[in-house]
Amino acid sequence: MRHTVSVLVANKSGVLARIASLFSRRGYNIDSLSVGTTEDQEVSRITIVVEGDEQVLEQVTKQLNKLIDVYKVSDITNDSSIDRNLALIKVQANLDNRSEIMQIVDVFRGKVVDVAANSLVIEMTGSEEKIEAIEELLRPFGIIELVKTGKIAMVRGEK
Amino acid sequence: MKLTGAEMVLKSLLEEGVEKVFGYPGGAVLSIYDVLYDEPQLEHILTRHEQGAAHAADGYARSTGKPGVCIATSGPGATNLVTGLATAYIDSVPMVAFTGQVATSMLGTDAFQEADITGITVPITKHNYLVQDVKDIPRIIKEAFHIATTGRPGPVLIDIPNDVQADMAEFEYPSEVNLRGYKPNYSGHGLQIKKASQAIEEAERPVIYSGGGVIASGGAEELRELARKAQIPVTTTLMGLGAFPETDELSLGMLGMHGTEQANYAITDTDLLIAIGARFDDRITGKLEEFAPEAKVIHIDIDPAEVSKRVAVDIPIVGDVKTVLAELNQMVKEQDHQEWYQQIQEWKEESIVTQPPIAGKLTAKKVINEIDNLTDNDQVVITTEVGQNQMWAAQYHRYTQPRSFASSGGLGTMGYGFPAALGAQMGNPEKDVFCIAGDGSFQMNLQELATAVSYELPVNVIILNNHYLGMVRQWQQLFKERRYSSTCLRKRKSCPDNCAAPGDDCPEMTPNFVKLAEAFGAVGIRVTEAEDVRGALERAIASPKPVVLDFIIEEEENVFPMVPAGGAINNMILGEGN
Repeated sequence: MRHTVSVLVANKSGVLARIASLFSRRGYNIDSLSVGTTEDQEVSRITIVVEGDEQVLEQVTKQLNKLIDVYKVSDITNDSSIDRNLALIKVQANLDNRSEIMQIVDVFRGKVVDVAANSLVIEMTGSEEKIEAIEELLRPFGIIELVKTGKIAMVRGEK
Repeated sequence: MKLTGAEMVLKSLLEEGVEKVFGYPGGAVLSIYDVLYDEPQLEHILTRHEQGAAHAADGYARSTGKPGVCIATSGPGATNLVTGLATAYIDSVPMVAFTGQVATSMLGTDAFQEADITGITVPITKHNYLVQDVKDIPRIIKEAFHIATTGRPGPVLIDIPNDVQADMAEFEYPSEVNLRGYKPNYSGHGLQIKKASQAIEEAERPVIYSGGGVIASGGAEELRELARKAQIPVTTTLMGLGAFPETDELSLGMLGMHGTEQANYAITDTDLLIAIGARFDDRITGKLEEFAPEAKVIHIDIDPAEVSKRVAVDIPIVGDVKTVLAELNQMVKEQDHQEWYQQIQEWKEESIVTQPPIAGKLTAKKVINEIDNLTDNDQVVITTEVGQNQMWAAQYHRYTQPRSFASSGGLGTMGYGFPAALGAQMGNPEKDVFCIAGDGSFQMNLQELATAVSYELPVNVIILNNHYLGMVRQWQQLFKERRYSSTCLRKRKSCPDNCAAPGDDCPEMTPNFVKLAEAFGAVGIRVTEAEDVRGALERAIASPKPVVLDFIIEEEENVFPMVPAGGAINNMILGEGN
């Protein structure tokens, strides 16, 4: 099953390597990862999306908790949360199909952020599913380049 | 007062009460060695290899309970510590290792003797630091000792670039540690402890399975009290040897792959398994589904990550073993389990481990039994190498005190025992220290004979010389139809390509351990007859010099009982015949 693990860590060098090594020693590939500072400059939040066996992930979570530079670990897979990914999609476009593409982007509430003679760059935020969906719809036009961030997530309410 | 980084290191070590450091100098620790040069309060022990320094610090730590400290230079010096750190990490030994590093301006440039040692040691240290500002040194050292010695102990590495050692700053040693991400929980949950005490009261066939955590927490007394009060038999892991006296009626000896019959049968039949400071290692459990199949399980451990890692636990108690046991002992009622006790005595009487050695033959059992007879078990420290020697040392000597046994249990590091013995002797000058070794593993760190001679350490190296890498040979004999692939240490070019048995015209063993000891300035004694074992041991114990005893034992003596890897632990091979 796919898990989203949210980790609060000290904002200093070497921390990411320590965390990544706990996954890699089990042969787990991290599907997506995003790191950024929080409201406290000395603390960063790492959001990790990883596929794995329930019990093994519980082990990894416990071991993450043991790292001195890790302050808090929460598996928020089953929590009600707001998830966002950001993607930039460069797609082939000419005079004939440009408006068709722009219509698709509109439906998805994306933004066209660059227009060139033969291409468009589209900025898209949203859940993973939403980004995958627009990716599928744009593929027939010819995707030149695709850049995606890792997922960031926030649990709803006061928690 | 302003001090250099190197001076701060020294001052901080003195603040931590460190008396001995094991190490090896080099270019990137020149400043640290300069301040050690005329410091009377801190003794530096020069080993002959950085691996020796790490294992010696580890042996010092395991035998005294104080953190072991070692120092190495950058690059190869630092990487030579790696095996020692991994050994200490998996066995939860408190250590602080210092390494020199190239100057901060050179970091990451593949400078001379540069290795990313903090990167390399991430998975084998409890924590590590790359010091980038001299002002951080006192805080980092304070934190390092705190992390190494509290909670589940472990090694911490501090990497200090050359220029940081020379930089100057105001020195003030912090009085406390404030680590937001590290707050080990010492007291167990009251309700859980109460549940445990109820389970003990209801059990008919309880067993205590105690591990290294009992020794690490200083909880051996509390363990003894619990066992005696509720009359619960105790089996220990390799790491837990000495936590409970093996001379006690309630002792079952060691359990697991080479455990005693009584321990493994008791685990299989028990209705309440009380795991204390132990981690259900695969060498202990054998086939998981058949490990304590009828038992309710209580698990007391300071590390929450160990709870329900391999075996589902009914009553987990996360906390310090000593603290939890003290509380549990207040609640537990006096009990006896007569029927269970009788059953265990019956198993004990049939145990092959306690049968006398074969008369007239020079066997490993004979040698270790004699050490057990000749010495005061409360006043010895035994270290081991890895393999048959390690298992025989565990089976045939009766350990009565915590910290009287040091062996690489988790990592199984050949070459650990001898340098660890030097560290143990340094920490326990009044005790008799024995390193029980094989002819193979002793060769992995024999350069430390020079250290033993230089520092006049009267350690006794007991080589159980069967001319083989014995444990691997045993597996080859039992599971690979005696195809002794690369395990004969006498093999020369003149030998047949494949050889399944030793014979009278086998070549001489190389090296000659007696001459080797003499070349280093130690004493070498070879023993080939059973009747000479005692005399040779007496000579060694009386000698003020280090002694290497080369016991030429039976070539194909095996370690039994043995549970084949992956088998159920009550399904033991007890001898060649079955």
